[in-house]
Amino acid sequence: MTETNSNQLIRLSAAQLAAKLAAREVTAVAVVQAHLDRIAAVDGGDRGVHAFLHVNAEEALAVAAEVDAIRAAGGAAAEELHELAGVPIAVKDLIVTVGQPTTAGSRILEGWHSPYDATVVQKLRAAKMPILGKTNLDEFAMGSSTEHSAYGPTRNPWDLDRIPGGSGGGSAAAVAAFEAPLALGTDTGGSIRQPGAVTGTVGVKPTYGGVSRYGAIAMASSLDQIGPVSRTVLDSALLHQVIGGHDPKDSTSLPDPLADLAAAARLGNVDGMKIGIIKELHGEGYQAGVENRFNESLELLKQAGAEIVEVSCPNFKYALGAYYLIMPSEASSNLAKFDGVRYGLRVLPEDPPLTIERVMAATRAAGFGDEVKRRIILGTYALSAGYYDAYYGSAQKVRTLIQRDFDAAFTKADVLISPTAPTTAFKLGEKLDDPLAMYLNDVATIPANMAGVPGLSLPGGLADEDGLPVGIQLLAPAREDARLYRVGAVLESLLEEKWGGPLLDRAPSLPAPALAETVPSHGGSH
Amino acid sequence: MSDATLSFEEAMEKYDPVLGFEVHVELNTKTKMFSSAPNVFGDEPNTNVNEVDLGMPGVLPVLNRTAVESSIKIGLALNCKIAENCRFARKNYFYPDTPKNFQTSQYDEPIAYDGYLDIELSDGTVFRVEIERAHMEEDAGKLTHLGGSAGRIQGADYSLVDYNRAGVPLVEIVTKPIEGAGSRAPELAKAYVAAVREIVKNLGVSDAKMERGNVRCDANVSLRPHGRERFGIRSETKNVNSLRAVEHAVRYEIQRHAAVLDSGEPVIQETRHWHEDTRSTTSGRAKSDADDYRYFPEPDLVPVVASREWVEELRATLPEPPAERRKRLQADWGYSDLEFRDVVNAGVMDEIEETIAAGAAATVARKWWMGEIVGRAKNADVDPGQLGVKPETIVELNKMVEAGKINNKMAAEVLDGVLAGEGTPAEIVEKRGLAVVSDDGPLLEAIDAALAAQPDVADKIRAGKLQAIGAIVGGVMKATRGQADAGRVKELILQRLGVEG
Repeated sequence: MTETNSNQLIRLSAAQLAAKLAAREVTAVAVVQAHLDRIAAVDGGDRGVHAFLHVNAEEALAVAAEVDAIRAAGGAAAEELHELAGVPIAVKDLIVTVGQPTTAGSRILEGWHSPYDATVVQKLRAAKMPILGKTNLDEFAMGSSTEHSAYGPTRNPWDLDRIPGGSGGGSAAAVAAFEAPLALGTDTGGSIRQPGAVTGTVGVKPTYGGVSRYGAIAMASSLDQIGPVSRTVLDSALLHQVIGGHDPKDSTSLPDPLADLAAAARLGNVDGMKIGIIKELHGEGYQAGVENRFNESLELLKQAGAEIVEVSCPNFKYALGAYYLIMPSEASSNLAKFDGVRYGLRVLPEDPPLTIERVMAATRAAGFGDEVKRRIILGTYALSAGYYDAYYGSAQKVRTLIQRDFDAAFTKADVLISPTAPTTAFKLGEKLDDPLAMYLNDVATIPANMAGVPGLSLPGGLADEDGLPVGIQLLAPAREDARLYRVGAVLESLLEEKWGGPLLDRAPSLPAPALAETVPSHGGSH
Repeated sequence: MSDATLSFEEAMEKYDPVLGFEVHVELNTKTKMFSSAPNVFGDEPNTNVNEVDLGMPGVLPVLNRTAVESSIKIGLALNCKIAENCRFARKNYFYPDTPKNFQTSQYDEPIAYDGYLDIELSDGTVFRVEIERAHMEEDAGKLTHLGGSAGRIQGADYSLVDYNRAGVPLVEIVTKPIEGAGSRAPELAKAYVAAVREIVKNLGVSDAKMERGNVRCDANVSLRPHGRERFGIRSETKNVNSLRAVEHAVRYEIQRHAAVLDSGEPVIQETRHWHEDTRSTTSGRAKSDADDYRYFPEPDLVPVVASREWVEELRATLPEPPAERRKRLQADWGYSDLEFRDVVNAGVMDEIEETIAAGAAATVARKWWMGEIVGRAKNADVDPGQLGVKPETIVELNKMVEAGKINNKMAAEVLDGVLAGEGTPAEIVEKRGLAVVSDDGPLLEAIDAALAAQPDVADKIRAGKLQAIGAIVGGVMKATRGQADAGRVKELILQRLGVEG
């Protein structure tokens, strides 16, 4: 077995780690330990990344040791090991796990342990992927900066004074900071893709129903979707294949068999494909550096043989408004269960009488943060008698119009393309007091959730004006997730060729064990 | 504080009642409406629950297919149309018996709608009750208020909640306003609920035990002066849980409303609580338009699609409508009206039908079920059908009695043996040595002994007072521990005494 130092191990992609593990060049315990060491080095302290809310060292090492033992024993059991067995992963703390706390980034669930595993977590366990821990998020996934976590913000590894995006800033930052090769996120309006964009990582929102939501604490049931977070397109495809597929416990889960997404990523061919620029999702309101990197990607795809067309989705301009009716409406109902009666925080009112209504009110007043309360109030109002038709009803109609826009666009293009977010990472605190400015971050990602179509964000380079990562978003028709991986992998490899290596090689070293000096930059994973 | 009431007769003179019913039927599916937890009554609190029933973070509902089938069957039996596509909604309200703080229920898209039920009243007239809808929903948990007075939430020190019932599948059957019942309104109320109960029992979709809350009735009553078209303001009496109580509650509310209207006060739109002890209602919660449940379509469930093929398949499985079936059976069996009503009330109509099908005469089947089994079931606190008596057993027992192998008393003992799992009737007769004593030798000995013990009785018989023979027969039966054939004993006594029988 060749010696691989831990600084090299953490920079490998999941696919590379899987290959080394299968070849027994490295042990799963060494891989997990290297990531645990990295977490210990960069995650804590005042200037730490703070991607993790809980580190699950003991169990992760035990799973790794089990994988190593199976490999060492050889035979059928070793043959049957999943491709990603022993490759560690971080899980967004919105997804329930037995044996670790699940907080949803909220005080109201502080200390709560789920009695059951989410379906995706069961699948990770079945694949014997060690779970490194639970990652930070905006409370109940409500936010675009991870600043709304009750447990403090996560910092962007590219600039510790900036936000890592949200709500899945913890998962994106963990992967960007080499604390984990893979992570799970959830995406209701962009919570996987927008953090991916601002941290220079890859994030995928699968087709609605493609991955079971059972065990993901619901924000907006008709929009939520669990998806992969990684540093390469292929890694997301590999993880997507682990977590995807029909689940009888989720009525909205699609019955379709899962396509071979990794094969699509490895295919790497856009020759003759039509790629549609969405007129409404770039230009005005988008930072110049974002726009430049976007145009550069279009040029590369054209050179690779794709035909670039322009499509118009005129109803997308209503998407943000409709989203901020549907999402809070569903959230107001989904979050009603947090009342202090059965689990989680219970706060007694200071003065008598001690009635159930007053206990519920005191618990919710103390347990929820401002953004959560804001959305509960919005949603309660939007669903109220006399307002339902004007708000929720109209928003559902807009949703239908957005779906029709996508349907029309996909008659002209195989895949659509846009910047993932209008800007690069902003400073911590910059938009905290301006909810509307915060909401605008998701303007390009929300339409996919409204229509249930899949979307992928991958690094498109660094913005000229601030040197921060820019995300490129690809969108495909529902159930055609494979197209995202096929086009994404091509664009990724063209960009890395241009940069001379992965974008994250250019990230500054964190104030911790040095990275870049000891590890030569390596090529893409294709 | 009790409310003023008018006499029922006076109320009827002045006013015309309009009724409406919401009957909740608990389905007897194996598992709950949206979870795989068992749907079982009476277990230890909070044992028939899983993470879904407790509303744990992250859980999702999955609709029970059998519950949908049962709901369609109920809709068909109520002559309803079945929706090809329908959805669930969330009814949002904070209350600790509802683990999610919303109830998943159908709202504006019921699975069944626009039906009717023909109700036969005691005088033979048929009254048609229009059904507005039958929709699916989940039951809530059960709260028990402790400390304070009388199990009410007001003044209680604390409350306990049992979520075993949370998520039990319910079908709520809602009538259109029922006009024109007049003074027969209370009778109609009882007959309607009884008919619904019989339908769901007959369909096999509910245990239909009102005392267990399997069938629960909310009764709406309003009055209007005779001749006026516009409805009066209604009250809704909740959870009236026996047929008698339905009748009494409607009668009481009519009398109460009449007194309120007579006093010139408006009737308050509110829910009322029924009290069996005082046979009266008390004011519950004021109901107004301010109740805002913020209904919206349940996003965690996909629409229920009931294809026409599926509906027709289910229609083909429906049993004969109860009223028609009853008429047919009574005619076939030749029971009197009284006999038949007793059979129906005892809940053994199906069992008698099966016993007759197995080869017993109608009179024999009735004698066994009404005479032997109903009483045993009552003692065991189960339905007669649940005792485990097979029709074949009754047929076999009856054959033995008719052949003179055993007498009726022994047959009852053999039945006990069968129920105790000791074997077939023949095996039990053998094992317990229960055959009627037919060898006259031991009988004659016993008869001689009995005659010697009661010489005065023997004299009376000799003198022609044959009714005195019972005392001697009794002595013989006692001596033979009941194993003698009483008819044969009588013959032998008369022979012995040289008297013509």
